[in-house]
Parts: sequence; structure tokens; C-alpha cells
Amino acid sequence: MDAPDPAARDGLAGNPLVMARVVRLVVLAVGLAIAAGAWAVDPTQLSDPKLQARYVALTHELRCMQCQNESLADSPVDLAADLRREVRDLLLAGKSDEEIRNWMAARYGDFILFRPRYSLRNAWLWSAPAVLLLIGAWTGWRIVRQRTTLLPADQEPVDEDGYNR
Amino acid sequence: MLPELGHFALILALLLAALQAFFGIGGAALGRERWMAAVTPAVAGQAVMVATAVACLIAAFVSDDFSVVYVAENSNTALPLFYRVSALWGAHEGSLLLWIMLLAGWTVAVAIGASRLPARFAARVLGVLGVVSFGFLLFTLATSNPFVRLDPPAPDGRDLNPILQDPGLAIHPPILYTGYVGFAVAFAFASAAMLEGRLDQNWARWTRPWTTSAWAFLTCGIALGSFWAYYELGWGGFWFWDPVENASFMPWLVGTALVHSLAVTDKRGLFKSWTLLLAILAFSLSLLGTFLVRSGVLVSVHSFAADPTRGIFILAFLVVMIGGALALYAWRAPLLKSTAGFELGARESFLLFNNVLLVIAAATVFAGTLAPLISDALKLGTLSVGPPYFNPTFMLSMLPLLALLSVGIHANWKRGRLGDKARTLLYTFVAAAVLACGVVFGLYSHGHILTPIAMTLGIWILLSSLVDPVDRWRRGLSMSRGVLGMTIAHIGLALAVIALTAVQSFTVERDVALAPGDTASVGGYEFRFQGVRPVEGANFDAMGATLVVTRGGRQVAVMQPQKRRYWVQQQVTSETAIRFDRGNNILLALGEDLGAGRWSVRVQIRPLVSLIWIAAFIMAVGGALAASDRRYRTARAGAPEPATATARQPG
Amino acid sequence: MNRFMLPLGIFVLLAVVLALGIRHSPEKGLIASPLLGKPAPQFSLPSLTDPVRPVRSQDLKGHWYLFNVWGTWCAECRAEHEMLLQVRRAGVVPLIGLDWKDDDAQAREWLQQLGDPYQSIAVDRSGRTAIDWGVYGAPETFLVSPQGIVVYKHIGALTEEVWTRQILPRVTGSPATRS
Repeated sequence: MDAPDPAARDGLAGNPLVMARVVRLVVLAVGLAIAAGAWAVDPTQLSDPKLQARYVALTHELRCMQCQNESLADSPVDLAADLRREVRDLLLAGKSDEEIRNWMAARYGDFILFRPRYSLRNAWLWSAPAVLLLIGAWTGWRIVRQRTTLLPADQEPVDEDGYNR
Repeated sequence: MLPELGHFALILALLLAALQAFFGIGGAALGRERWMAAVTPAVAGQAVMVATAVACLIAAFVSDDFSVVYVAENSNTALPLFYRVSALWGAHEGSLLLWIMLLAGWTVAVAIGASRLPARFAARVLGVLGVVSFGFLLFTLATSNPFVRLDPPAPDGRDLNPILQDPGLAIHPPILYTGYVGFAVAFAFASAAMLEGRLDQNWARWTRPWTTSAWAFLTCGIALGSFWAYYELGWGGFWFWDPVENASFMPWLVGTALVHSLAVTDKRGLFKSWTLLLAILAFSLSLLGTFLVRSGVLVSVHSFAADPTRGIFILAFLVVMIGGALALYAWRAPLLKSTAGFELGARESFLLFNNVLLVIAAATVFAGTLAPLISDALKLGTLSVGPPYFNPTFMLSMLPLLALLSVGIHANWKRGRLGDKARTLLYTFVAAAVLACGVVFGLYSHGHILTPIAMTLGIWILLSSLVDPVDRWRRGLSMSRGVLGMTIAHIGLALAVIALTAVQSFTVERDVALAPGDTASVGGYEFRFQGVRPVEGANFDAMGATLVVTRGGRQVAVMQPQKRRYWVQQQVTSETAIRFDRGNNILLALGEDLGAGRWSVRVQIRPLVSLIWIAAFIMAVGGALAASDRRYRTARAGAPEPATATARQPG
Repeated sequence: MNRFMLPLGIFVLLAVVLALGIRHSPEKGLIASPLLGKPAPQFSLPSLTDPVRPVRSQDLKGHWYLFNVWGTWCAECRAEHEMLLQVRRAGVVPLIGLDWKDDDAQAREWLQQLGDPYQSIAVDRSGRTAIDWGVYGAPETFLVSPQGIVVYKHIGALTEEVWTRQILPRVTGSPATRS
């Protein structure tokens, strides 16, 4: 699967044969330069530190669809840069975090989210750790109680070879 | 010629593995001495054949033999010699051969150590290892033969994946696999015990060094992988909860539980069926990891090429091995009862909760890793799980564990009775809290609510682990290797906790846009950008930036991050420049061309990162030291076989 | 049935899930598109060939079309080009191209050299439209119905099999469609 990379593109090799042609090329060049400035991501801080913090958090939570196991924040490929720009634009347009996630998921599916949605369908996943901890605590407690009752009957010496180990 | 020899050697290895399995298990079951005697030669023969096959494949790589498909897909005439050898395990077929080779290695080691074991038991252990070898060899020959020929030979190879062209590659898979595969030994010991129908404290004693050394290798392997990802992938991350990373972490968590559970079984004859289950589980997770990476069921940056046929084969193998072992378990485990007792504050209790928490952690990672698969299979829709799930859920089970550790190592067996120790522990806790807050709020200004908590726990473990050694040193007493190893391993863990807390809480990261001559100020350092120019490498082209790093006037380094494009595979990778300065790691990654000479650069200042891997290495050293304790090689003196006596009583 | 059989039971369940996973796995690397069954994203982009009239999604309503995302930098796009020419010759469904993050001059030269299978080509220099379509790696091809609904998506080079098994049946309404 291929994807665009700026290094692959040739620069404009001006071929100044005719004045008109030169002018056209210059206009084109200037236009492209302006255009490049317009949509290249300016990665410096978003002016509002709160927005910047949200930008960092969101780009870490969204998957780079091309590398698929890197976040948007970390991926070096062009698509990630484009998607980062979208996040930035959406933040500047005043969208909430959830709206931005939905925007991305509407185009790429839930797969683009590293944080599983908090939904009824995913309830089993999010509740699993707590449920397991409860089961573990209960099981552990039961075993300790059982062994404590066996303690008086257990007269075997514990060999202390070395030091209590 | 050589590839055919290699192929033939693998076929012979398959046959010898079959003989090893047959004579080992059959001979022990039927009591045939001659059969059992045939096992060791079979082991040796299989090892020789596997070594031959590996040698043939290496020769094919080194001599640029592109008539071998595997070489054509993973090598290139421009590939440096070093990477031509390490390309051996760069893709699926070769990595399987590596698995098989390491399994043969462990089997030979066990065969050598088997002289101390009862003959029938040893035969069973080697027999089970033979079954595992047989399965892998069959899988390789049937679906993943590395010696398949290409006719006509390719003019040149497709080159090794550029991400893999790094010294870290040469070491990470072999060491990782040594650990992975090493759990097969514990599995074999467990299976032998189940086949035999009994399990006693001696069994635990024999199993411990094998398990602990496999664990030590796995610790190193995981740490190396993380270290390599950090230096190679260039975004300052060292753990991503990627499915393949999880596939190695789950066996590690269960392996850690196993190491501790074995201690209880050794010492007190308790938790026998649980230890058996853990031994089966650890290796099962290794096998499952192998499955996940190669079958295409999960998406991962590490995955080998997806192939459903292979997936089915491995699944069948999993079902036979794990299903068989668990069926044996269901049959035999009910016999293993013990009447030993202990109270809440006893060491057994702490180790019980250690196990519970570790297994819960492993189960959580398991759930998150397989969630996409489960959700898809049950038609619950597509699901994606990453660090935002794993980080909080993992910490949920780990923080209690860390808190219990500092107290647990001082608890006595059977009866708690900390006595005087309680006061010392309290002092260490207070000291740890003070130090932690000092570091967190003094040296660095910000942090999360968990930061001082985690830091306190880490420092507490460190101090608590030192209490006994210091005390013994003052009294002129020595420590056994087992205890010393344990202490060192726990100290390693403490350091890892401290380092991880520091990195997670105090990392400074910024993307800056720089024109030549500009200076950016990040995290106390200044970065002067000197521009970008083209660079040509051995098998790549790159744009390389130069930045001068200073701190308070003192020059720290000149760093040169690059963005590379490899000729053959046309892949773009980012080469991060990394420098170490006064406990901090400075990372610079080249971003995008913003036009007119301006480029975006990502700057990260990460404190104490290197300590993470040093700490992991310390843990491994502790494990290795503990495994070498001579006590494990001698059977328990004087003690009758309490387990068997108990086993025959009604449950 | 004792509690020692529990691990075995859990494992059997797991094996079933994994088996199901393998069965679905050919599509695993290719993420299902959330656009299926939904209206195609609207766009209005400059044309590669026509300097005056833009290529607009609203002009394409009323008939089937294949939306093909490509670029001259993409090796696999070159590989599928022959197939695209075949689609053009078949004359059943028009191809609308999206030239993604490419250089106009190179794109024109490429089409001149290899042949132009497209009815019209939209130029996406910023990548915004590709993102709206959920594109993450060229080539990708979408089949859009006359009502403007995305009916099928193929990731990777278009092949004979996909054309005859997946696209044609949907366009001609024949029951030979396999999902």
C-alpha cells in the first residue's frame, strides 16, 4: 500500500524558453509556495494552551491509519500530518473532543480510536478489570480463611534453611 | 545444494523429535528402560539436525543465494553482512526456525541436567519437549519451509525491512525467544508430573531454576525490544501495548506469578494444582503469542505476513497441546491436596495475592488484546484498544501489588508475626514518602495525583528490600544465592517503577517550526537549528538536520536527526537523534518540510528513561542469580514425601 | 463436572473465537469502511484535464460511478492501471479519478503514457477529500449508486475478480453478488 511522500515529487524545473511561459511558471511556483504554506501543518503551539493540551491528547488517542500501530502524534507519514491538521482545524473551529472523535470515526470507523468507546457494547471490556479484581479478592479471602482454619492442625515445622526463605 | 541439505536436515529432525516423544512418554508409561535410554540420543540427534538446517540457511544468506525464496524476500546485495545473518529471523519462516533451534537448545540443557532427576520423570519431560518440537517442525515443513526454491533465481533480493536494520534486531528476537521457549521446560515438567500422577516439593525444587532462568531471558528480551523501539521508531515511546508486545508481556506476567507460586510449593507443598495451571498457562500464552503474530487475526506493526492457512495449523497445534495439557490437568489436579495452613499475615498469603494480582493483570491485557477479535467474532462491531485502555487498567492491579511487596518480603512463612520488623517497615515507608515528595515536587514541578504515590511505592520497595541485606551484612552473615537473587530482582523492580513514574510524569514534549538560525527553548535546553541537507547512506537517501544543543551556555551536543527513504522497499523512516545528558534523554525527530527552509522538529526531554532498561536488566540478573542457587539441585533432605501421602487421602 | 475443568472450558471457548477470527481474517488488514450504505461525501475539486469546470459530486448523481483514488507516486496504482483501462473499455460504469496529493504535470504525463481510463479526474492537493472518503492508502476504489450511496469499497489494486464478482453484479443488479 503506497502513500504520498513529498520527497518523491520533483521540484519545478523551470525551462525559460519564452517570456510568457516563464511568467506562467513563476506564478505557478509562487502559488504553490503560498499553497504549501497554507496547508502545511504549523506544528508550533496552538495559541491557547488548553487547546494545545487537547490537541496533544487527541493526536495521541487517534490511530495513524497507514502505520496502524502508531498514533497520529508519532507517525512520520503524510497521512498522519494531514489528519493532525484536521484535528487542529476542528479544534480551532470549536468542536468538542467527542465531536472530533466522531468526525474521525465517521470516516475511518471506530478502528481509528485507541480508546474504546464507553458504550453498552464495550461494557464487558471496561468492567473486566474491576470485576476480575473483585473475584480475585473474594477468592483470595476464601483461600486464606480456609488455610487459617487448617493452621492449628498443621504441626509440621517449616524449614528455615538460610534465612526465612 | 545447501538449501536441500537444510531441508533434509529438518525432515530428519522431525523424525527424531517424533522418536524422542514416543520413547520418552511411551517408555516411561510402559516402564521400558531401553526405550527411555533412547531418548537422550534422539535429543542430541535432533539438535544436530536443527543446527545443520540453521547453518545452511545462514550460508544461503551470506552467499546471497537468491534462489531461495526466503533469502530473496529478506535480503539484498546491498545489505551489510551483519544484517544478512540477522535477517535469518527477520520474517516468519526464519523466526520459526529460530524457535525450533532454541527449543532444541533448551532440550539439550534439560537432558544434561536430567541426570539428577529420576529416570522415568526425566524421560517424560524430554518426551513432552519432543512433542512440542515435533509440532513446530511439522508446522514449519508443512506451511513455512524456509528452503523453498525460486526458479529462476531472483536477480536481487527485496531487502530486509528497513526498520529491522538495526543492531537491536540482532539480539532482541533470539533473547526474547529464549525466554518464550524456555517456558516449554516448565510446561514439560508440569506435564510429566501430571502424567506421573504426583507432584511433590522436590518437583517444585527441580522446576524452579528452569522457570526462573526462562523468566530472566524473557525479561531481557522484552526490555531489549522496548529499548530498540525507543531508539529505532523515534517517537520516544518504549511501550505501546501493541498486540505483539502484549503477546510477550502476558507470559512474563504469568511467568512471574509462576516463579512465586513455585516458591510456595517448594517451601510448603501448597498451591500445587495452581502452580501446575500456571506452568501450563505460561507456555500456552507463549504459543498463543506465536499464533497471534502469524495468523493475521490481529493488526500489528510487528506482524508477520498474514496467512489464514498457517493460522489454522497453529490453532490446531494449540488445541492439541494446550487442550491436551488442560485435559490432563482436569483429570489429575483433583488429587493434589495439601493440609498445610497459614494465616493472613503470612508470606504465603502475600504470595497468594501476588499471584492473584499478576494473573488479573495478565487477564486484563489478554482481554484488551483479544477484544477486537472477540468483538468481531460475536458481531459486536469493530473495536480498537490501545494505551488509553491498557494504562489505567494495568495500573489498577499493579499498584496494590507494589504496595504489598514491601511488607510481604518480610513476612514469615506460616505465621505472620512481623514483630520488630513492623516498626522498621513504617520508618522505611515514611522515608520513602518524604523522598518521593521531595523528588516529585522539588526537582520537578508538576505531576499527576498518582505520581507521588507511585514514586513512594517504588522507593519503599527499594528501602524495604535493603533492610535484610544490610542487617545481615552488619551481623557478618551471608545470604544464599536464592535470597540475594530475589533481593536484586525486587530492587530492579523498584528502580523500574521509579523510572517509569518519572518518564510518564515529567517528560516534556514539543513540536517546533524552525528556520535555519532559529533557536527553540524546551525543557531547560536550547536548540539552534542549522538547516537540513541531503545525505546518502549505504542503502538509503535521507534529509539530515543539524541542531546544536546547549544548556545554560554549556554545549551539550550536536544532534542530527534524519528522515530516510530506503531504496529497495521505498519506505520512509524517521531516524531520531538521541543524546543522554545528566539523567535526561534528549530526543530530536525531523518532521515535515514547511517550505522555505523551515522544518518542523519534535523535541522531547525524557528524564530517567535509560534507568528503565537498566532496571529490567537488574531484575534479570537477580533472576539468573537465584536460578543458580545450588539448593535447587539437591532434593529435600529428610522430608518424607508429604504430597504423595496426602494425595492418597480422600480429598 | 469439577472446578478443575474450568480452564479447559474457557480454552475451548477461546479456540472457537480464534477460529472465527481466522475465518474473517482475509479482510482483517483491510478495515471495513464506515461509509458503506451511507451517502458519498460531497466534493468540488479542480479537474486535472479541464481548467474551467470543476469536478463535483452533485454532477455525478443519477448514475453509477467508480471513484478511484490514485497517484503517480503509488506503485500499486500503476499495477492496476491496465485493469482500469479494461473497465473503461467495458463501458458499463464510468471511472472518476481522485488524483491524491500528486503533481499535476506528472499526473498528466502518466495518463498520456499509460492511457486515460477516467471520465473525469479530480485533483486533491490537500488530501482533505481523500480523508472525507476515509482513504488511508492508494489505490482505493469506491462504487457509488445512482442515489449517491457508497455501495462497495475495494482497497488495493482493482482485479478482474473484484470487477466481475463484486462490482458488475451490483451495477447490473444480477444476483451473483457475494459479500
